[in-house]
Parts: sequence; structure tokens; C-alpha cells
Amino acid sequence: MGKHKPDSILKAVKKGVGGVGVVHSKITAEVAIERMPLPQTVVIPMSQHIGAPCEPLVRVGDSVKAGQLIGDSDKFISAPIHASISGTVTAVGDVMLSNGRTSKAVTITSDGRDDNFADFRVPTVTDNASLCEAIRASGLVGLGGAGFPAHVKYRISPDKPIDTLIVNAAECEPYITVDYRECKDHGDEIIDGVYKLAKYCGFKRVIIAVEDNKPDAIKILKEVADSDIARGNLVRLMTLKSRYPQGAEKMMVLSATGRTVPEGALPADVGCIVSNVASVAFISRYLKSGKPLISRSVTVSGDAIASPKNIRVPVGISVREIIDYCGGFSADPYKILLGGPMMGTATDSIDVPIVKSNNAVLAFTEKGLGEKKKRNCIRCGRCHEACPMSLFPTEIEKYALAGDAEELKKLGIGVCMECGSCAYSCPAAKPLVQYMRLAKSVVREAGAK
Amino acid sequence: MTELKEKLTVSSSPHIKSPKTVTGIMGDVIISLVPAGIAGTVIFGLRALAVIAVCVVSCVIFEILSRKIMKRSFTAGDLSAIVTGLLLAYNLPVSIPLWMCVIGSFVAIVIVKQLFGGIGQNFANPAITARIVLLVSFASAMTNFTMPLPWKMDAVATATPLSALGSVDLTGDIASQLRALTNNGSLPEMKEMLFGIRGGCIGETCAAALLLGALFLLARGVISLRIPASYIVTVAVFMLAVSHGNAAFMFYEITAGGLLLGAFFMATDYSTSPMSKKGKIVFGIGCGLLTSVIRLYGSLPEGVSYSILLMNIACPLIEKACRPGYFGRKKAEKKSKEAAA
Repeated sequence: MGKHKPDSILKAVKKGVGGVGVVHSKITAEVAIERMPLPQTVVIPMSQHIGAPCEPLVRVGDSVKAGQLIGDSDKFISAPIHASISGTVTAVGDVMLSNGRTSKAVTITSDGRDDNFADFRVPTVTDNASLCEAIRASGLVGLGGAGFPAHVKYRISPDKPIDTLIVNAAECEPYITVDYRECKDHGDEIIDGVYKLAKYCGFKRVIIAVEDNKPDAIKILKEVADSDIARGNLVRLMTLKSRYPQGAEKMMVLSATGRTVPEGALPADVGCIVSNVASVAFISRYLKSGKPLISRSVTVSGDAIASPKNIRVPVGISVREIIDYCGGFSADPYKILLGGPMMGTATDSIDVPIVKSNNAVLAFTEKGLGEKKKRNCIRCGRCHEACPMSLFPTEIEKYALAGDAEELKKLGIGVCMECGSCAYSCPAAKPLVQYMRLAKSVVREAGAK
Repeated sequence: MTELKEKLTVSSSPHIKSPKTVTGIMGDVIISLVPAGIAGTVIFGLRALAVIAVCVVSCVIFEILSRKIMKRSFTAGDLSAIVTGLLLAYNLPVSIPLWMCVIGSFVAIVIVKQLFGGIGQNFANPAITARIVLLVSFASAMTNFTMPLPWKMDAVATATPLSALGSVDLTGDIASQLRALTNNGSLPEMKEMLFGIRGGCIGETCAAALLLGALFLLARGVISLRIPASYIVTVAVFMLAVSHGNAAFMFYEITAGGLLLGAFFMATDYSTSPMSKKGKIVFGIGCGLLTSVIRLYGSLPEGVSYSILLMNIACPLIEKACRPGYFGRKKAEKKSKEAAA
């Protein structure tokens, strides 16, 4: 009673406000990740995430091997792009992405061979700079969905020490189970990655945070962490209440450390780095093998998918092929999403490539999404109660429509992360996230003037 | 190979929605008002049911007609007109002429609600405003309260407990005055107050039925305790203070008039009350203070409707003044101050 138990599983230090209790629908949780057979062609976009797009380094007719560098940029916020299969470059040109934007892309037609680029060089890492150089070379971007180039995050500046690494295994989006599988199947790599990162980034402690609806993941990670305790006893497991958006970066920092990330600041400003669990496991693998990020795990689910699965696919494979592999549609889909149902993007075509940050392909019928009739706002305040940032979505909507940038700034539109809790909870089905985006563009335009 | 038969829908995230709908919320409010309606019918007789029916039906008809005339979408399906009709009826005496009910419904739905854009757009509570319009237009009909339980005794006019309470001299011995009032029959027993066997409007008298409905709304998450609790506690504290701590006086003030109906079902109206937690409490305290002041020092015996209406008007101001800081905001301010220092 009351004794200090260093090895117990931690509870959240501080609870956030708001959020919504979404359905979990983690139907693929116990489906092990399958490796999809090699596709005939892949289309690899040169712009896959936040940051500068890459320039293609190959030309039509070039033969490439899986893992070969095919795109890079000299801009800081960017990550190089590698061929995901071996074969011949058959096109370099613009393609439409799932978010409706166009990007340059390299199309590779497979030669049917599953060989890797000959000289994977295991990186030599001696300090923080060489670690970040290695992470950059790996092409890693945040695998949790946001897709921020990972090397930028791990660059520790001496005047801003980071004491805590928070490994985000919350996976609070419904349906998606790839992070859960990562914890269950690759717990050793996660723990290894954590210690490697801690060594070169100077973390004093590492908190692996999992939502309480995934007890198996917690148990496995705890076992691995305990068996690796000789490496420094840095790792602590933390269970968080499963409440969306628990996995949001600022929510994570608050739950795990009790620190509030100020408006306009990053977790690094309060001494924290938050990293997705699959990204950490990838770093462990990369530092051992030197094999860059050319494939990723994707949950394929939703009520319109015949056999929901977790699959490992090469970057650039088309959504159509993935759906085919999962038995096609069981019903006519109404919406197809890349990413989770709360923050994912609806695509109008299934002939779009999977990029590094896509963690799910979900297909739904209209019924499966529970659409409801749009009505007038009744000022019930559920959006405000649900907002983890305590914003007033209806007020923001009003000032966004009026184009009042000053008032929008006062209302705190800058901290909105578009998690969708407001629109989810709205009984009148108002597209509040759309208004939040409108508000942001009003502020941006006013700033540009 | 997989083919798409229909075009895919593309829209902004989030793609899933909570099962709560406007219609569902209004349905919950209707259910929560049923006990008070049954109690009102038992206490005041079948005519109460007629008043309720006329109010509800005319509210729905006015909702449909006004939307049609203004060439706006059909909204009667959201059930809010039924809620307004019920609340209006509950705020009327059983003896009210039925045509006045229709006028009340017209004021509530057409003037207060639809002219301002319909559900969610009105700045004043439709039922309360309609009651006030009827009260100033037809003062005698609106204050003609008959004795409860007409099937037990003759339907004769009676005073309400509030007018009896108004005769209490607060500087004197309050306990004995209350006893005298109960003895001469002008103030009901406490048990009668709880079950609504007293003069008053159709839906306001039975405290037990109102509390049952309120519990349902709280359990369903339709309302929070902030407005009703701060409203009732303010009245309670005020009444205790002026009566030198006489709990019986406080009990009568809380169960009498339309306080419980107003606090749980009218002051909590979404459109006309603040959204923020702090704002709700300020709103409730404001209602409580105004109600107490009007009851004790005003020329009218009852002040619930006027207080709620006045606070409805103040709602945008409260909303602005009580806007809470968002995540990470206070810290940022502090930091910039420190930097400036």
C-alpha cells in the first residue's frame, strides 16, 4: 500500500477536456499483418506529406531496384523517396492524389523480382546529427497519419533539451489496427528503437502510451520493456482512457506529462517529442538493416469491404489493388477513406496510390457511416463540450463566414487540429470542420495582405 | 476486378457522426414533459388535456404554415414545435379560453421563432414570450386559477401559493404566519406542494413530476445541472437570507409558481441560454436573483417568466464575457508578459 512501484503501469498524469466516445470498430485487431503479393506497377508520388515535394532522380526507361533513391529535395522539411519495387521506370509525370491535388510521380513497372537495392548501407550513428542524417536518408515520415518528416523532429538543439519521448500507441481513430499489430507483433523492435533514440537524443524517460481498450498491447510491451530493463530502465507504459482524440500530440503530452503545449508551440517547447509507435519500430529496423521506408502496414476495413485485413504494401500501390486483395466490395461503397473515419480523406477514385502516411483504406456504405439529416444549429453546445481545445466551433463558424480574422484569432482558431470531435457530436450534422478550415484560410489570407 | 457502380461521395472529415440528432433531443424533451402533463390532467381535469392539445396542434400548424409562406424548408419533423406547444400549455391556467391558446401559439412560433429564422435562431424563449404576451393582453384570464382536483370539489377560483406567500411579513414571525396561512387554507401543506395539489398553471404545480422529467433529461445528457442548480440554489439562498433562515419559507418559494418548470425546462433552452459552463452558471444566478427580487419586491406575485426572458436577452453578453480560455492560451499570454517584463 502506497509503496513506490517503479515497474507498474502508469496512469495519465492529467486528463484532457472534451473529446468524444467514438465507436472502436477495431474489427481487424486480431488479424495478423499479411504481406501483399508484389503489384505489377506502383505510382510513387513525389509529394506525399507536409513539406517540400521531391524532384524525381530517375528517367523513363531507367531500371531501378527496390530501395533505390528516386526522389529527393534540398529543402529541410522533406524526406527522400525510394523505389518500392524493382523494375523499369515507365512514366514520370503528374498524377492525381487521394486528396485531389496533383503531384509529380514516378511509375515503376515490376520486373517480377523481389530483390532489393544491392548496397543497403547500415548507417553509422554516433551522435544526434548522424542519427538525424540516417533518419532522413531512410525516408521516414510520421507513420501515424500526419506524415511529418521524422528527421526534423529528432534534431535536438542544445538550448531546447528534450527530457521525454512519448511513444504514441493510442490509435484512437476507429477501425485502424496497424499500430496495435505493431505493438503485438514487434514489441521488441519498439523497445529497441526507443533505446536507440534515447541514446542519441538524451531522453530521460520514455513513455509508451496505449489506450485502455488494448490490454494485449500493453501486456506485451510491458514484458518486452521489463526484459530490456538492463538497457537503462527508461521505459514506462501508460494506459490512457480510450477517448478520441487521445492520440493527438498535444493531448498525449498533457496526459503523459501534465504539460500544456502553448498556442503556436510544439511539444519540443515543453521538453517532449511524440512519435508514432510504428515509426519507432521502423527506426530500430532501419538502423540494423539500412533498408529505407518503401512499404507500410495498412488496415483495410469498413462495412463495404468483403474481408477486412491488415496488410503490408509497397508505397505507391493503388487503392484498387488493395481492395481487390481484400475480396473487393461486399456492398456498393458510398465513401472510401484514406486514413481513419475521424480525420481521413474521402477519395473520389480508387485509382490513387498509397503514400507513406496512409494507415488505412476504409470503404463504407451510407448506412455504415450513420449519416443524418442536416439541420439548423440549435446552440446545444455539444461541439464546444467535445472540443479538446475548448474552442467555440459555432462562434468560429460565424466569424469565418463574416471574414473577421481578428476575432477568429481571439477565438483561438490556431489551436484547432481538425480532429472532428465537434462535427462528430453535432446533432444537426453541421460540417463544422469545414468551417474551421474556412476560418483558418480567412486568417491566412488576412495575414498575407 | 473491383468496379464502382456509383460515384463516391467526397466530403470533409469527420466521416462518422454521433447517433444524437436534433429530433432525438427534442423527443427526449417531450418524453421528459409527459409526467408533468399527466399530473396536470389529473390535478386540473380533462380540460387541461384540451389546452395541451390545442397548444401543441396549433404550434405545429403554425410551424408548417409559416415555413411554407416564407418558402423555407419543412422543419416540423424536428419536433421542436411540439416542445414549444407543451411548454406553452404548461404555463397557462386550465380555465384559459382555447382561442387564447391559439394566439399564444402564434406568438411563440411565428413571431418569436420563425421570424428570426426558426429553430436555434430565436433569441427569446418562444413559450415564455408567448406566456408574457398573453399575460399582459389577457391579465384576468391568465390569472384565473381554479382549485385543483375539480372532480373532488367545485371548480372555484383560488389564489396561488405565491400570492399567499406574498402576504407574509418578512420582518415578523415567519413560521407562525406560514402556519396560519396553511390553517386557513390559503397555503397548501408541503406534501400537497410536492404533488402539485394547488392552484397554478397546468404543468407547473407537480414538483414530483417535474423532477422526474428533469432526472430523465439529466440522465440522457440533454441538459446539465449548471443552469437549473444555479437558478434554484440562488433563489433558495436569497429566500433563506430574507427569511432569517426559515427553511419552510424557502421550500414554499421553490415549489411554488413556475420555478421548477422554468429552471429545468425553460431556462435550459439551448437557443436562448449560454453554451459555456461558466456562462450557464452566470445565467442561472441571474435568473435566480431576478426571480427572487420580482417575487419579493415587485408588483407581480411571480417572476420566473420575466427573469428568464430578461436573461435570454442578456445571453449574448454573458456568452461573450464568459468565454473560457482555450487550450494553451493562458500560458502563451503569461509567457509574452514575462517576455515583456
